[in-house]
Amino acid sequence: MTRPRTPDHQTESQARKPAGATAMRLIVPLQGVVQGRGGLILGSLIPCALFYFFQLYLKRHRSPKSDSNNISPSQSSSNLAGLQRSSSRSNLSSRGSIGRVQVSSRASSIAKPNDSPYYIGLDKASEDPYDRFYNPNGIIQLGLSENRLCFDLIEKWLSENLNDSVIGSNGGELSITGIAGYQPFDGLMELKVAMAGFMSQIMGRAVSFDPSLMVLTSGATPALEILCFCLADPGNAFLVPTPYYPGFDRDMRWRTGVELIPVHCRSADNFIISLTALDQAFNQARKRGVKVRGILISNPSNPVGNLLPRETLNNILDFAQEKNIHIISDEIFAGSTYGNEEFVSMAEILDSEGIDKSRIHLVYGLSKDLSLPGFRVGVIYSFNESVFVAAKRLTRFSAISAPTQWLLVSMLSDTRFTRAYIETSKKRIREIHDLFVAGLNQLGIRSAMSSAGFYCWADMSGLILSYSEKGELELWDKLLNVAKINVTPGSACHCIEPGWFRCCFTTLSQEDIPIVMERIRKVAETCK
Amino acid sequence: MGLEIEQPSAVQLSKIAVSETHGEDSPYFAGWKAYDENPYDELKNPSGVIQMGLAENQVSFDLLEGYLEKHSEASSWGKGASGFRENALFQDYHGLQSFRKAMASFMEQIREGRAKFDPERVVLTAGATAANELLTFILADPGEALLVPTPYYPGFDRDLRWRTGVKIVPIHCDSSNNFQITPQALEAAYNDAEARNIKVRGVLITNPSNPLGATIQRSVLEEILDFATRKNIHLVSDEIYSGSVFSSSEFVSISEVLEARQYKESERVHLVYSLSKDLGLPGFRVGTIYSYNDKVVTTARRMSSFTLISSQTQHLLASMLSDKEFTENYIKTNRERLRKRYQMIIEGLRSAGIECLKGNAGLFCWMNLSPLLEKPTREGELALWSSIVHEVKLNISPGSSCHCSEPGWFRVCFANMSEQTLNVALKRIHNFMEQRDRDRNIISSQ
Repeated sequence: MTRPRTPDHQTESQARKPAGATAMRLIVPLQGVVQGRGGLILGSLIPCALFYFFQLYLKRHRSPKSDSNNISPSQSSSNLAGLQRSSSRSNLSSRGSIGRVQVSSRASSIAKPNDSPYYIGLDKASEDPYDRFYNPNGIIQLGLSENRLCFDLIEKWLSENLNDSVIGSNGGELSITGIAGYQPFDGLMELKVAMAGFMSQIMGRAVSFDPSLMVLTSGATPALEILCFCLADPGNAFLVPTPYYPGFDRDMRWRTGVELIPVHCRSADNFIISLTALDQAFNQARKRGVKVRGILISNPSNPVGNLLPRETLNNILDFAQEKNIHIISDEIFAGSTYGNEEFVSMAEILDSEGIDKSRIHLVYGLSKDLSLPGFRVGVIYSFNESVFVAAKRLTRFSAISAPTQWLLVSMLSDTRFTRAYIETSKKRIREIHDLFVAGLNQLGIRSAMSSAGFYCWADMSGLILSYSEKGELELWDKLLNVAKINVTPGSACHCIEPGWFRCCFTTLSQEDIPIVMERIRKVAETCK
Repeated sequence: MGLEIEQPSAVQLSKIAVSETHGEDSPYFAGWKAYDENPYDELKNPSGVIQMGLAENQVSFDLLEGYLEKHSEASSWGKGASGFRENALFQDYHGLQSFRKAMASFMEQIREGRAKFDPERVVLTAGATAANELLTFILADPGEALLVPTPYYPGFDRDLRWRTGVKIVPIHCDSSNNFQITPQALEAAYNDAEARNIKVRGVLITNPSNPLGATIQRSVLEEILDFATRKNIHLVSDEIYSGSVFSSSEFVSISEVLEARQYKESERVHLVYSLSKDLGLPGFRVGTIYSYNDKVVTTARRMSSFTLISSQTQHLLASMLSDKEFTENYIKTNRERLRKRYQMIIEGLRSAGIECLKGNAGLFCWMNLSPLLEKPTREGELALWSSIVHEVKLNISPGSSCHCSEPGWFRVCFANMSEQTLNVALKRIHNFMEQRDRDRNIISSQ
C-alpha cells in the first residue's frame, strides 16, 4: 500500500502570476471607461492597452533563431497567419514548465490533486507528526496500516545473519556478478520457493503453494494492476465488496480503464458479502451494458479486518462459476491474524472442490506480514496458465531488485525465524488491538468484530450530527484538526453506512493509547 | 455412442493478455532459445552458443565490488535501530532524497558538468523499461503515436505499445549518412502518421543509439528539438548509454542543448536514464525519468507507485553514487575498458573482412554483412542470421528485429563476456568468413 507524501497539489497552486490576470486588470476598467465616458480617456487608454498586448504578442511569438532561418520569405505570410491563429488560442496563463505541450488525458486525471480524505489526512499527518517528546501536540497517525511492532526481531536476525554485506548473502563470497546481471523478471526461483514455503506457513500449513505458479512483482500494488490488465479490457468492471481499501480506486483503475462496482455490505452482517448483493450488482451492471470480469475480495479484509468464513468463500466461488468470471483474492494480511477464527485461503477451498481453478488468482506481499513495504515484494499466484504467462511477461515493468531478492531468500528460508516472527507478531498485534478497542469501548464507541489486520473498524455514528456522508466528514475533519488524530472515514472506503472509521493502531506504543483516547473523548464531548 | 458433455467455455482473458505485442514469438527470440538450450561455457561447453545479443556490461564489476568491500556500511543499515526500520518502511514514491541527489550528481558527472540536474525532478522507476512505458502512458493516449528513428531497440515495440495502446511510427534512417536522423525523415514520419489519421504526441530518441552504438551529433539534436517545438510535441531522450561513450567529449546530451537555450521550450523534454548499462546493474532495477515539465514530474511520480525501487537498493547505491571520487574513477575506467573492447572487436571483424558502422559508444557494434546476403531482403538477412546462430553458434541480433530499413546489418554485443570469450567468437567469425570465401572460390572456379 503506497501513499503520497508531500502534497504535490500545493506546489501546483503556487503557479506563477498569470499574464491573463494583468490583462484583465486593464480590460475591465477599460470596458467601464468605454461604456461610461469615452472621448479623452478612450483616446489615451486604448492605445496603451493595445501597446501592452502588442508587447505580449511579440514576446510570446518570438521564435528561436533556427526557425526563422527555415522560413523562406515566400512562406512568411502564411506563417504569420499561422502565428495569429495560434495566438488567439494561446493560453494566457503561466509560461515555463506548465507549458503548452499537452499530456495525455490519462495523465491529466492523475495529475489532479488528491481529494480523498484518505490521502488528505495522510498528508496532513506527515506534515505535523506526533512525537511524544518533540511534538506532543502533533497529529497522531492512525490512518496508515503499517506495523512497527516487530522490527526488533528482524534487526536481531539481520545482525546474526547478514555478516558484512547483503550482496552474496546467499552464502557465497562477495560477488556482484551473480546478482548484478539480468535476472528473470518474474523473480528468482529460489525466492519463489522460499515464498511458497512462507505463505504456506502463515496460513497454518492448511495449503501448499507451487512456486511454478508464482510471479513476483515489486509490491502488491503492481501485482493487482497486472492482474487487472490480464483479466479485463478497458470499460469492463470488477465487483468489489465495500468497504474497501481506498487505494484500489487508484491502483485498479488509473491505467487499466477498468471500473470498480461497489457491492455494499452491512454492519448487520458484520460487513460480510452476501450473495444477494453480488447478484444484484452483477445484474445492474449487465443492464447498463457493462461487462463484469471478476470479483475482487480482500481476505482478511481491509478496512474491517474480518475473515471470510468458508461458507462465504464457497458461495463466492459458486457465483463466479455460474457467471463465468474471475476471482482475485487479496490475502496480504493473511499472516496478521490475531483472533480465534481460522484464516481460510481461497487456495485452500480449491483443494477440496472440483472447481475450475483457472478463474482463481491470489495476491500477496511482504508489506504487511513482514513489515517491509519499502522493499517492494509482491506475489501473483494464478491457477490460470495463460494469465501466469502474461503476468510473467508484464512484470518486467515491476520486477523486484536483486539484492532484495537475495536478502529475502535468506530470511524466508530461515523457517525457525519466520515461525517465531509470525507468532510474536500476532501476539503483539492482539495485545495492542485489545487495548485500543477497550479504550474505544470506554468512550461508548463500538468496533466491528475483527480478527486480523492492523486496524479496527469503529462505529462513531453516535458522534455525528447528521447521519450522512456530510456528517461523517465533519466529524473526520474535527478529529483531524481539533483532536489531531488522522483516521480514515468510511466514505473514503465507499462504506454505505455513515459514521464508520478505520483506526490503525500498530504504529502506536501502549503509552500512546490513553493519549489517543483522551483526544477522542474531548471531541466526543463537543458532539453530544 | 459417447455422451457429449458440453464443456463450459473457459473464463475469458483481456485483449492485452492474449495479444502478441510482447513480441516474444518473433524470430529475434529464436536466437535466445538457441542460446538457452546450448549456452557457451569456456570449460564445460566450449562449443556452445556464445551470447552476443545481450547488451550487458560486465567489464567493470571489479570496481563496484572494490567499493562495496571498502564501504560495508552501504550494504548494511548500521548498528542503530532506526536505520533498518525507517528504510524498510520507506515506500514514499518520491524516493530517498539522498538517492535522488546521488542520481542527479552522477548524471551531471557523466556529462562532465555541462548540464545541471535538479534532484527534485528525478523520478525513480524500477528500470528504464518501466520509465519508457510510464512516459508513454503520460504523453500519449491509446491510438496515438510516438515517432522513433530506425533502427531501434526491439524492446520498444513491447515497452512503448503493449499496455499503453500507443503506436510507434518509424523515422526511417539509412546507411547513406550513417543512419543519422534528418529533418526530411522527421517530416516524412510525421506526415505518414497524419495521412493515417494518427495523432503524433512525441519523438523518442536513444542517445547514444541502440543498436548503432553511436552518439547523435549536436546539430541533429538541435534539429530534432526544433522539429518537436514546431509540431508542439514531446521529446524523450533515452540516454541509458550516456556513461558508455568511449570518449567523453563526443557525447552531447539534450540537457546540454536545453541549457544553451536557457531552458526555453524545455517543458516538452524528458530524459530516461538507468544504471543497467553504465553501471552494469540491470538486476537491481534502477531507472529514472528526468523531466523539465512539472506536470509530467508530478504524474510520473504518482504513477511510479507501480514500479518503485526497493528502498534497500536505494540506500545501498546512494552513498556509492554520491562518492565523487569513486564515480569519477569508475566513469573514466569503464569508458576506457569499453573503448578497448570496441577496438578489439572492430579489428577482429575487419581482419575477417567485415566492416562496421563507425561507433563511439555503447556495449555493441553495428556490423554490416549486407555483402554476404544472397538476396538483399529481410528473408535473405534472416537466412544468414539463422546460419550464424546455428552453425557459427553466435547469437547476434538481426537488423530486421530493430526495424532497420536496409537488410544485412547486425548488432553484436561485446561487453557481456570475458576477453577470452570474445576472442573465441572472433575466431569463429574468421573461420566462417574463410569458409565462405573458399566455398565461393570453389563455385566460381567450376
